[in-house]
Amino acid sequence: MKITEQVVEKHGLKPDEYANIKKLLNRDPNLLELGIFSAMWNEHCSYKSSRKHLKNLHTKGKQVIQGPGENAGVIDIGDNDAIIFKIESHNHPSYIEPYQGAATGVGGILRDVFTMGARPIALLNSIHFGSPEHKKTKSLLNGVVSGIGGYGNCIGIPTVAGETKFNSTYNENILVNAMAVGHAKKDKIFYSKAKGINKSVVYVGSKTGRDGIHGASMASAEFDENSEEKKPTVQVGDPFTEKLLMEACLELMKDNSIISIQDMGAAGLTSSSVEMASKGELGIELNLDKVPCREDNMTPYEMMLSESQERMLIILEDGKEKSAREIFKKWDLDFVVIGKTTKSNNLVLKYNNVTQGEIPINALASKAPVYNRKWTKKKINKEKIDFKSLKRIKLEDALIKILSSANHSNKKWITNQYDQMVMCDTAQKSGSDASIIRIHNKEKAIAVSVDSSANYCKSHPLTGGKQIVCENWRNLISVGAEPLAITNCLNFGNPENPSVMGEFAECVIGITESSKFLNYPVVSGNVSFYNGTNKKNISPTPVIGGVGLISKFNKTINHLIKNEGNIIILIGKTFGHLEQSAFYEEIYSISEGQPPEVNLVNEKNNGNSVLEIIKKDLVYSVHDVSNGGLIVALAEMCIGSNYGLKITKPRKLTNLFSYFFGEDQSRYILEIDKKNLDKVEKILKNNNVFYENIGVTQKDYFEIQSELKIDIKKLYKINNQWYNNY
Amino acid sequence: MKSSVIVFPGSNCDRDIAVALEKMQFKNQMVWHKETKLPKSDLIVVPGGFSYGDYLRSGAIAGKSLIINEVIKAANEGCLILGICNGFQILTETGLLKGVLLRNKNLRFINKDVNLKVSCNNSKFTNKYKKDQILKINIAHNEGNFFTNKDHLKELNDEDLIAFKYCNENGEVDTESNPNGSIENIAGIFNSKKNILGMMPHPERMIDELISNKDGINLFSSLQN
Amino acid sequence: MKFSVTVTLKKDVLDPQGKVVKNTLQNLGMSNLKTIRQGKYFEIELDETDLSHAKKKVDDMCKKLLANLIIEDYKVNKIE
Repeated sequence: MKITEQVVEKHGLKPDEYANIKKLLNRDPNLLELGIFSAMWNEHCSYKSSRKHLKNLHTKGKQVIQGPGENAGVIDIGDNDAIIFKIESHNHPSYIEPYQGAATGVGGILRDVFTMGARPIALLNSIHFGSPEHKKTKSLLNGVVSGIGGYGNCIGIPTVAGETKFNSTYNENILVNAMAVGHAKKDKIFYSKAKGINKSVVYVGSKTGRDGIHGASMASAEFDENSEEKKPTVQVGDPFTEKLLMEACLELMKDNSIISIQDMGAAGLTSSSVEMASKGELGIELNLDKVPCREDNMTPYEMMLSESQERMLIILEDGKEKSAREIFKKWDLDFVVIGKTTKSNNLVLKYNNVTQGEIPINALASKAPVYNRKWTKKKINKEKIDFKSLKRIKLEDALIKILSSANHSNKKWITNQYDQMVMCDTAQKSGSDASIIRIHNKEKAIAVSVDSSANYCKSHPLTGGKQIVCENWRNLISVGAEPLAITNCLNFGNPENPSVMGEFAECVIGITESSKFLNYPVVSGNVSFYNGTNKKNISPTPVIGGVGLISKFNKTINHLIKNEGNIIILIGKTFGHLEQSAFYEEIYSISEGQPPEVNLVNEKNNGNSVLEIIKKDLVYSVHDVSNGGLIVALAEMCIGSNYGLKITKPRKLTNLFSYFFGEDQSRYILEIDKKNLDKVEKILKNNNVFYENIGVTQKDYFEIQSELKIDIKKLYKINNQWYNNY
Repeated sequence: MKSSVIVFPGSNCDRDIAVALEKMQFKNQMVWHKETKLPKSDLIVVPGGFSYGDYLRSGAIAGKSLIINEVIKAANEGCLILGICNGFQILTETGLLKGVLLRNKNLRFINKDVNLKVSCNNSKFTNKYKKDQILKINIAHNEGNFFTNKDHLKELNDEDLIAFKYCNENGEVDTESNPNGSIENIAGIFNSKKNILGMMPHPERMIDELISNKDGINLFSSLQN
Repeated sequence: MKFSVTVTLKKDVLDPQGKVVKNTLQNLGMSNLKTIRQGKYFEIELDETDLSHAKKKVDDMCKKLLANLIIEDYKVNKIE
């Protein structure tokens, strides 16, 4: 096929990029080579628009064994134990075919984790849909949840936490971010860097079909009226085969057969072989006629770009082929030597001994374009909403409206479709601030949570980025874990648009600021651009997945009120910031104004104090205050527990609504036994933490003195009906 | 007591049941489905999971594996056989237990802790429980809706072969407490000789108070009794 | 009027179930087996007398619900 301008465009390459390719090759590429460049140079694989900004992320720390740059991030949790984790997006395929898009998203992220030697022990997800009224939302919600459950349950890894949000910004472009966490031995971690010349390059797993050809290019293209035509590129996941693949790989990893290993994800055989070779500064030669194919007459082009799932590429030590082959035979998986490492520094593709394409590795990897795209700062909108001008509403009615809304309703309808208990180490299931997984056969446990705040990020990206790291950090503290590190999935619109690029740049700056201050480094992540349709971009949505450690795990801490007659302490100062609150959004549909300020000093101080209180066993339950403000957090502590609360009205009579619905940061609610009050106050005073004694726990009622009194059974009902009614 | 846990491609709960068995002092061995001989066992467990991905029908393909012939032989010789969740599905596909597990009534996968009533405590599996004792045990399945014909149902009732029924926290066996549409809220049954128990709930998930509760323990101590 | 509808995965789409069923049958001794594709079968009875109307209705059903056109094809046949 002749390479015309149209062909180049169809491959997602700009004219100047094509010119650059010709320069690097010193000639015109053939179609196969063009396809390979298009896969490696698109946004999803090359990070060309984001690399410049990501370089500034805070990625170091004593607890970091491996930061960004590998298949997943690795942290040290002591005793030769390591946790390997990452989050990734699968937004565009999930919009087109929600079940398979979500399922293959789970499959892909699992491979990223077990390819490094970790047995996956938990799955999390952050899913965002358009407004519930939008015609596609219901079927997308059903499809995505079924897909996540269908894959995770079948492979036998518990899906333990997540978040689900609805916002019209995602009407034409949903977000599906999947996170996997695995456990490995520190001295048995596998990397993707190829080493040694003339080593066997082995293909294992499912056969190659025509799935997803140009999926990586699709991820970098916006949706338009022709999106429906992009359908054939959706891959079908096979969780059963992935389970076999996972067991086979983990079995092979028990000895020293593997030099390096990488899963075949976006751009399949192309990206895995190029990345392994690039990291090892070697060349790689592949004999494509050896690639196991599912369909007849597959061309080299199709083989290199196929995104068939459940496949890995392994570089094997000499003399280990026989024993490795036996393991894969036991698990009924293909195992084929398809090539070797060379010292040429080129990617050489042969078919029946005839060279089909030859490209210098660094042209595809290190010399891939890096753009310094123009970006504009977001001006802070200091406009304050005049509360008095708004239509009056009763406190109780506002609370009920929020608790019964799509975004605040109990998510049991979703989480009951996920097996949370398989592997028997889930100590705290979804529903609390963070979930807890015990490390198998050990006394320690990890806490995990995934969070985002798109509205804050839209109104002020810098503050939004700063805030969401803090919120995630707070969630881990609330269950008694020491936050260790994060993975981030940065979902943004079109980076060629300066204000979107600015949102990205500023969110990253904000994330970095909090991450540095809190010693909470980023160890892995993913960038998803071009989330938007017909020139409308989504709100910037950085998603933060955090992991913390509970070194001596002997009981769980959650947010549910445990008994009557206990004291409720509010840690952190309440200023009553209502702009960008759930209250303004749900009750008045107001989206103007700036997000609440983030004070990192208070954030760190308050959190460390709460952790100290938890570790000293001085508290019954803990809940952090976030979206919805104080009153929603207090109500959540009662819903699902057998007890209620009685809260005193604030002494300094500020606007009642500001006090109860304001979303000031760095705040926690503690349920303390009267007998521990002195000890707790001593710790807080010693650390200069602002706190207030705001009430007591009681039976039956959620009460705010002289303002409202609701039966907790009624609160439960209000909060548990949205999904069933939908 | 000696136990064997059969492992099929796709079995997920094999490690979980092995941990529970070892905790309860069984001498346990894992047996790969391609084996043609079973080690001498007092108890054989067919674990939960998604053997063969649940493709075609849950348990259908595992039911045709080589090792199953040995399990059938052992069952006929009186060996104790325990099938949990997918294991229960496999036992029905082999005919060792009558009946069939259909798709959950609401067509969704369901994972939650449910109340179970011990309907029959006169067996090697349930003698440490009190009759009508209420347990809280975790279920996690897509096809847990037990169905059988009128004759078998009569046999189950007449011969006291229903091991567990879904119930509410007061022990009432009603529609609301039935998570998947099973006929008569049946959660587990015995064969006529009572040496085989098939149950959808996961007792191996209820042996550790730090994770859940201890309601599953007595099933294993009954076997040791 | 009665119609049968067969829904199968599109040609290039992975069929994990078909793959496993084929392997199992081969293990049970069925030789010379090349491929198996698994699909769904519906029998639809309509209260219609006009054939082309009926066919269009069934076709509509397939497009709207019975087949996921993103990854499946369908075939309609008249039974009686």
